[in-house]
Amino acid sequence: MELEVRRVRQAFLSGRSRPLRFRLQQLEALRRMVQEREKDILTAIAADLCKSEFNVYSQEVITVLGEIDFMLENLPEWVTAKPVKKNVLTMLDEAYIQPQPLGVVLIIGAWNYPFVLTIQPLIGAIAAGNAVIIKPSELSENTAKILAKLLPQYLDQDLYIVINGGVEETTELLKQRFDHIFYTGNTAVGKIVMEAAAKHLTPVTLELGGKSPCYIDKDCDLDIVCRRITWGKYMNCGQTCIAPDYILCEASLQNQIVWKIKETVKEFYGENIKESPDYERIINLRHFKRILSLLEGQKIAFGGETDEATRYIAPTVLTDVDPKTKVMQEEIFGPILPIVPVKNVDEAINFINEREKPLALYVFSHNHKLIKRMIDETSSGGVTGNDVIMHFTLNSFPFGGVGSSGMGAYHGKHSFDTFSHQRPCLLKSLKREGANKLRYPPNSQSKVDWGKFFLLKRFNKEKLGLLLLTFLGIVAAVLVKEVSSVSAWLPIVWDVRSPCAWPPHLGSEARLCLAATTSRK
Amino acid sequence: MDPLGDTLRRLREAFHAGRTRPAEFRAAQLQGLGRFLQENKQLLHDALAQDLHKSAFESEVSEVAISQGEVTLALRNLRAWMKDERVPKNLATQLDSAFIRKEPFGLVLIIAPWNYPLNLTLVPLVGALAAGNCVVLKPSEISKNVEKILAEVLPQYVDQSCFAVVLGGPQETGQLLEHRFDYIFFTGSPRVGKIVMTAAAKHLTPVTLELGGKNPCYVDDNCDPQTVANRVAWFRYFNAGQTCVAPDYVLCSPEMQERLLPALQSTITRFYGDDPQSSPNLGRIINQKQFQRLRALLGCGRVAIGGQSDESDRYIAPTVLVDVQEMEPVMQEEIFGPILPIVNVQSLDEAIEFINRREKPLALYAFSNSSQVGVVKRVLTQTSSGGFCGNDGFMHMTLASLPFGGVGASGMGRYHGKFSFDTFSHHRACLLRSPGMEKLNALRYPPQSPRRLRMLLVAMEAQGCSCTLL
Repeated sequence: MELEVRRVRQAFLSGRSRPLRFRLQQLEALRRMVQEREKDILTAIAADLCKSEFNVYSQEVITVLGEIDFMLENLPEWVTAKPVKKNVLTMLDEAYIQPQPLGVVLIIGAWNYPFVLTIQPLIGAIAAGNAVIIKPSELSENTAKILAKLLPQYLDQDLYIVINGGVEETTELLKQRFDHIFYTGNTAVGKIVMEAAAKHLTPVTLELGGKSPCYIDKDCDLDIVCRRITWGKYMNCGQTCIAPDYILCEASLQNQIVWKIKETVKEFYGENIKESPDYERIINLRHFKRILSLLEGQKIAFGGETDEATRYIAPTVLTDVDPKTKVMQEEIFGPILPIVPVKNVDEAINFINEREKPLALYVFSHNHKLIKRMIDETSSGGVTGNDVIMHFTLNSFPFGGVGSSGMGAYHGKHSFDTFSHQRPCLLKSLKREGANKLRYPPNSQSKVDWGKFFLLKRFNKEKLGLLLLTFLGIVAAVLVKEVSSVSAWLPIVWDVRSPCAWPPHLGSEARLCLAATTSRK
Repeated sequence: MDPLGDTLRRLREAFHAGRTRPAEFRAAQLQGLGRFLQENKQLLHDALAQDLHKSAFESEVSEVAISQGEVTLALRNLRAWMKDERVPKNLATQLDSAFIRKEPFGLVLIIAPWNYPLNLTLVPLVGALAAGNCVVLKPSEISKNVEKILAEVLPQYVDQSCFAVVLGGPQETGQLLEHRFDYIFFTGSPRVGKIVMTAAAKHLTPVTLELGGKNPCYVDDNCDPQTVANRVAWFRYFNAGQTCVAPDYVLCSPEMQERLLPALQSTITRFYGDDPQSSPNLGRIINQKQFQRLRALLGCGRVAIGGQSDESDRYIAPTVLVDVQEMEPVMQEEIFGPILPIVNVQSLDEAIEFINRREKPLALYAFSNSSQVGVVKRVLTQTSSGGFCGNDGFMHMTLASLPFGGVGASGMGRYHGKFSFDTFSHHRACLLRSPGMEKLNALRYPPQSPRRLRMLLVAMEAQGCSCTLL
């Protein structure tokens, strides 16, 4: 394991992964892989989750292709240095933030969306110029195998490698030193990952989970609400980190909700759900049994049928659920939807706030004030109002958790930023050393005052700024000529505070000004 | 009886009650910090002088003014920073409201160091309060006099239902770290940084770690040695070298070293006089432990300038060491004192290779006349570090528009100005969909078919997606 990591590090140190063109080439190769080997990829994922290839395509492949295209389009701009606002002390200097790769990144994938949750971070890591070690989830065996087979055929074989294995191999891997670890999975393992990272002071992004609440207000169109919830809940057989985990609503709404969800399930999956190609299965027997145990003692409004042989659990709704029962103690990650009755939105908000911050929060209402209140008075990774899941699909959003649902974020530019070091750079010149006399000892009160002036004042970009500059040019010239009592003849009453950027073109004008006012030495 | 637990619970309750949310409340807190600085300036100067023998100039410029600047910046920009940030939408979300909400994390722990005990406590505090958090402050027990003011005077200026100061040494800090926080901001050594992050992992608490390292300072042959000597010496001996971003060691050719040494001597004499120990402008080492550590380093290589020390005064002269070997202690640990080793390299390549063999530092410096292109840029692009300054010392820190933080062993996360506010905020993605547009949504519902998929691709603007299933 150590040798593998060292090999990747050597590859990174060669500098190959840094040039923009290389990164674009790798991303294009990745894109080709997805398109040319689509059939293989779809087959593998479909096998792991008993998912129809259509669903694999629309849930995983589209997102990956979209992300690659977005990177290809924007990366040239993102890699460039970004100039920043300057102050008086630095007005003639170059000040900017330069994104740089971190080095060797470890990406630990998840099994529920085994392709996109491994490849989407990979796209970001490559775009940022890093070398990457990918550790797909061993639970989604076929996808793990296909990634190990395909990635080396399309990507640089020394910079991006796949390491497969279970808990033992992952533990070994986590002993090694990385420059960033990106983990998608559950809270318990998230802690283990962060603890391992702490030994090397490795920054982490942890995409974890939790129980994502779904509040349904009485003022809403229940038909549409239930269709949307049904879609988000039972997609991938409930094995989605941002699935609506449970419903909070007034007791009077329960029966209607149950009825409408039942009807929607029929519409989506037909009378014989087992036969529907759009309904998935539980990933393995352990999770199957775990989810089954959540049903104990519950009032099943509909559903509840299971078949161990095929790891089938029917879309299920529970009503009048007691918050103290098991189903409300852990993230369900299955096709069981508990409804917990609450008196009103106040109680719902308290209920949510008594618990760990979830990865997602959903609220359905026509009343915008209520939605606003729900957002204002709770916290979560993200929110979708009047729908579920959808905030995941907009890559201008940072996607991530808070509290026990995770730390850090990604998608789109946020991926690029996550896997980069945004390095502040200030480039001064060795000239104009005279101006520095202000800061050097021996010190005096006037130096103190000047120090404060230069630290705390800023410029605006209008003509006044130019005039001020000219004066300061004179000041600088005077300083260079070593006139001691500067403060004696400069009345400083300008109020030049204005939080405006220092446009580059003005920078050069400023230089001209200074050149004009500073005598040749 | 757990007074600490009670304090934390009280702060959490205040947070949950929503006290820190309104902009007015946060602004009042920040104004309180501003008044604290203005009304206690002499007190703070005296404390800094007692702890670190800081001159009025250093105290003003590197502690009070910087803190004041951050307070002012935050007050000026608070409402703008707090605003929901609209984001670009795609076709499916065109009619929706999409924004990022900046939310406080909740209970924030700030652990501050002793070298700039005011600045490195207040600047993160400004960010945490501006972002609407409740704060527990653990100032350094080593800078005793400033600690006293922070514990006794500062709380009078902020709302104490949302703010607490906890005192103590390593043991008390360890106990503090067993409790759960929503964010931990730590400034200190990498060794303790690991302890902090390990403790944070138990609660999945995000952290910012402002650590340190050995900040290299490359000096090209093409330079005016006097200018370089002025700049390097000023940043090296400021606060008696106890600065996380100070140039730690110089890399230059033997020829450059020959020209630098007399220039450095001239600078040091000009700055601190013939007897630096009597100069009011030179600081002192914080305590005996650090003093003994530094005194031992004086035995490395050969003393070219300075080398004197006085235990009773915790004074170490501004020192330059030459003929230093890579394996000697002075090149193995962050110096954090007024000692500047010069290591010879034969070329720029060798210097870059030397730098890259070691841990990523917090800051990196390169001096050359060919400043805008060439040498300085090469050092910049071929190395990594928290921050970089060409042709000067840590001036990049004075620009609040530049993020300040480390990378690798020198730290993670960043702050200053708006970056502080963003560090102490959770950026929550919020998508508010209209109940309408259900026809478009229907494309995503089962049962799936090639036709549906084709239309979905169009709706998601996934052009150029040729799918074998279609």
